[in-house]
Amino acid sequence: MENFGYTVIVPFLLFISFLLIGLAGGKFKPALSGIAGTFSVLVCTVISYITAFSYFSGAGLVNDVYQKIIPYNTEWMRFTDKLVINMGILLDPISVMMLVVISTVSLMVHIYSLGYMKGDSGYSRYFSFLSLFTFSMIGLVISTNIFQTYVFWELVGVSSYLLIGHYYQKPSAVSASKKAFVVTRFADLGFLLGILILSNITGTFDYSILTDPNGSALTQGSAISFMGLSVMTWALILVFMGCAGKSAMFPLHIWLPDAMEGPTPVSALIHAATMVVAGVFLVARLFPLYALSAPAALHLVGYVGAFTSLFAAIIACTQTDIKRILAFSTISQIGLMMLALGVSDFGGEKGLGYMASMFHLFNHAMFKALLFLCAGSVIHAVHSNEMNGMGGLRKFMPVTHITFLVACLAIAGIPPFSGFFSKDEILVAAYEKDFLLFIVSMIIAGLTAFYMFRLYFSVFWNKASDYKTAPHESPSSMAVPLMFLAFASLITGFIPFSNFVTADGKGFETHIHWGIALPAVGIALAGIFTAMVIYKKESDLPQRIKASLGSLYSLVYKKFYIDEIYIFITKKIIFNGISTPVAWFDRKVVDNTMNGIAAVTNFVSVKIKSFQSGQLQQYAYVMVSGMIIIILFVLYLWNK
Amino acid sequence: MELIIFYILVAGILISSVLTVTSRRILRAAVYLLFMLLGSAGLFFMLNFYFLAAVQLTVYAGGIIVLIIFSVMLTSQVNEKLEAAGLKKSLFSLIAVAAGTVVCISAILNYNFPAVSSAENDTSMRTIGLQLLSYKENGYALPFEVISILLLASMVGAIIIAKRDVSK
Amino acid sequence: MIEGIQLEFFLILGTLVFFIGIYGFLTRKNLITMLMSAELILNAVNINFVAFNKYLYPENLEGQFFALFIIAIAATEVAVAVSIIISLYRRIKSIDVEKVNEMKY
Repeated sequence: MENFGYTVIVPFLLFISFLLIGLAGGKFKPALSGIAGTFSVLVCTVISYITAFSYFSGAGLVNDVYQKIIPYNTEWMRFTDKLVINMGILLDPISVMMLVVISTVSLMVHIYSLGYMKGDSGYSRYFSFLSLFTFSMIGLVISTNIFQTYVFWELVGVSSYLLIGHYYQKPSAVSASKKAFVVTRFADLGFLLGILILSNITGTFDYSILTDPNGSALTQGSAISFMGLSVMTWALILVFMGCAGKSAMFPLHIWLPDAMEGPTPVSALIHAATMVVAGVFLVARLFPLYALSAPAALHLVGYVGAFTSLFAAIIACTQTDIKRILAFSTISQIGLMMLALGVSDFGGEKGLGYMASMFHLFNHAMFKALLFLCAGSVIHAVHSNEMNGMGGLRKFMPVTHITFLVACLAIAGIPPFSGFFSKDEILVAAYEKDFLLFIVSMIIAGLTAFYMFRLYFSVFWNKASDYKTAPHESPSSMAVPLMFLAFASLITGFIPFSNFVTADGKGFETHIHWGIALPAVGIALAGIFTAMVIYKKESDLPQRIKASLGSLYSLVYKKFYIDEIYIFITKKIIFNGISTPVAWFDRKVVDNTMNGIAAVTNFVSVKIKSFQSGQLQQYAYVMVSGMIIIILFVLYLWNK
Repeated sequence: MELIIFYILVAGILISSVLTVTSRRILRAAVYLLFMLLGSAGLFFMLNFYFLAAVQLTVYAGGIIVLIIFSVMLTSQVNEKLEAAGLKKSLFSLIAVAAGTVVCISAILNYNFPAVSSAENDTSMRTIGLQLLSYKENGYALPFEVISILLLASMVGAIIIAKRDVSK
Repeated sequence: MIEGIQLEFFLILGTLVFFIGIYGFLTRKNLITMLMSAELILNAVNINFVAFNKYLYPENLEGQFFALFIIAIAATEVAVAVSIIISLYRRIKSIDVEKVNEMKY
């Protein structure tokens, strides 16, 4: 087996780049920070490709089964004999795949940002935080044990906070970054509890031991049961709570639409392709546990994913902010990935859902990043996010137009683009396991096609609004990543993923089930056609539809009032009910106790002060009487 | 005869010392102090310590009292009537002093002093002078020298402390 | 030695004068009268030394020498004390002991 020791360069180089750009970037010209960041990501991308190539082409194979290779695993903290936290690098099919995804998308975003963020006052800070984020994400996917994942999980959250709040002078950006951080942090409460319970009942943090299908970790905890479910199920449900927060599943999805306050390349990198799939990645990582010891948890995963996906798809149909539509589309697609994991079994061909989920993750990263970067192009040209103020842009921005169209076709699932293949696998897996989820997935496919093409037609066709300045095509630094990602969206569908990335490491053959693919394509085409009819030409049909749906439309437009419910709960219940009494207690009782102690000390000191009055005769008196007392003591009371 | 003189001297000492500490006029207090010192000198004479008595009269009565009177004059306190001490202060002091007196006197009375021997002692000037400057056993050469340094230091110190500031 | 007078008599006399002097030191408000009380204390000690010398160790002269040195030291002490009083009087125009209280908290 080849030695993969060189993979350690990837996280270290990114971390050093973060430090260097962050500390020294302000002293040099801003452009230098951009080039430094891009260069280090380029090196990492090359190393990732080499790793992937050598791993998948044979170095990872032992008896046709892909192994977990661990080049490094060093002890970081040791609490007791059993409680050891390591730091290391784990290479197995999904982590190598994620390495490729993260570094490719990050490279594209870096090159794009060279042009998009030019002239911004926080240019160096932006690139150093991009390096920090890439470092954290890579650290997350190559972790060898669940605690290391937790460390990098939090780091990813921090980087996201820093990048969403990049325009920190805008209050909306600041509150959005806080919201993202607080919601994911709250979810991480469940994650940490899950980690603790899991490691308590299995006695280890290490993935190799936890997820060994023949190992003993799988059967731990199944004897003890709590409220009808075994302890292992509870632990995995709690871990899933963390995943739900990070991947914006209902009801912890509220942070993702607001996170669009950050710069668009940040949205492309973090909130489309990489950070939000961390939850899916973690479920995939712990998949043997989910599938073999806690099927109830896996059911929960599937249904939550399905519900979220449908929910987000419905909301996306009514939004008017370009980035919000794409945010809800992301939530919907990730829900689809969770659904695919939920309907998967472990082992060989039954692990189709797992493979489909990972495949969709790979493709989705490419075309979603492309969608966001195109949206960034459009916003850069028009200086506005509102869909209603745009139109007819295909004449002004041909490159953006074509690439956007490619991405929309990919996401809608039209062959031969990549989305078709992965969505087909998901539908097949759902069909074989749970028919309800299959129907839901079909509906979601249709809605996806509808709202994406609603966006496409409204922006690039429709009537040309009168623009104050004529929109111009983006510079080449922004256009080249678009073209690369469009090319990727075209060809990644043809990768025989099932040979490489499966639940138990053994490859299997898949083929297209035309019996399911054709209806899916049909529904997608129906969605595209509906959107074309309503939105391609200028008409008042949208307004008539909106008027006829009335209050139902406004309910969906307001995102089902989930944000308002959250604000109500926090303000009325938590702030008034819990925070205010606690604050009162702290101020009145605790502080006053401290003040009281100080006041007593003060009082006593004032009284004692008078001993040192400076009066000579008082001193003499004290001396004389003291002497007499001591003499009396020595004469009569001393023990002779 | 001697007894009577002794008792007169003791009475004089006690009365003068009480008046010194309670008199309301400074000069009268100084004079009472002088009387007390004279009585003390008388006691020394009776005990055959002629040189000591002479020194007491010269230095104490003649030097220190004059110095005190000078200081009284210099601080313009001559004709004013001094206030009596506050009740609280004098009460507390009285208690402390009374306690001290009782302790000391009881200690004195409870102790068996050895019987007196009636050997005469030689207190002539010659003996005193020889012993004062002798460096053999029972010689006081070292304290003598140290005292002379002390006197020098106090002279210098007194002059410097009381010197009027030249710059004014 | 005086016929008919025991040593204790002298010692009690010394004690009484000593404590009268202490009483005066603690009670008087004027610095100069405090000084005079200090003289009383020193004198009482002199009486004690001399009495011990005469009654217990008649062949030595230790007590007398002690008394001699005490007189010398008392003299220096009064000299320095008076100069301090004069200097203080120049500063605060008063010799009330309760006004001299700056060495305090």
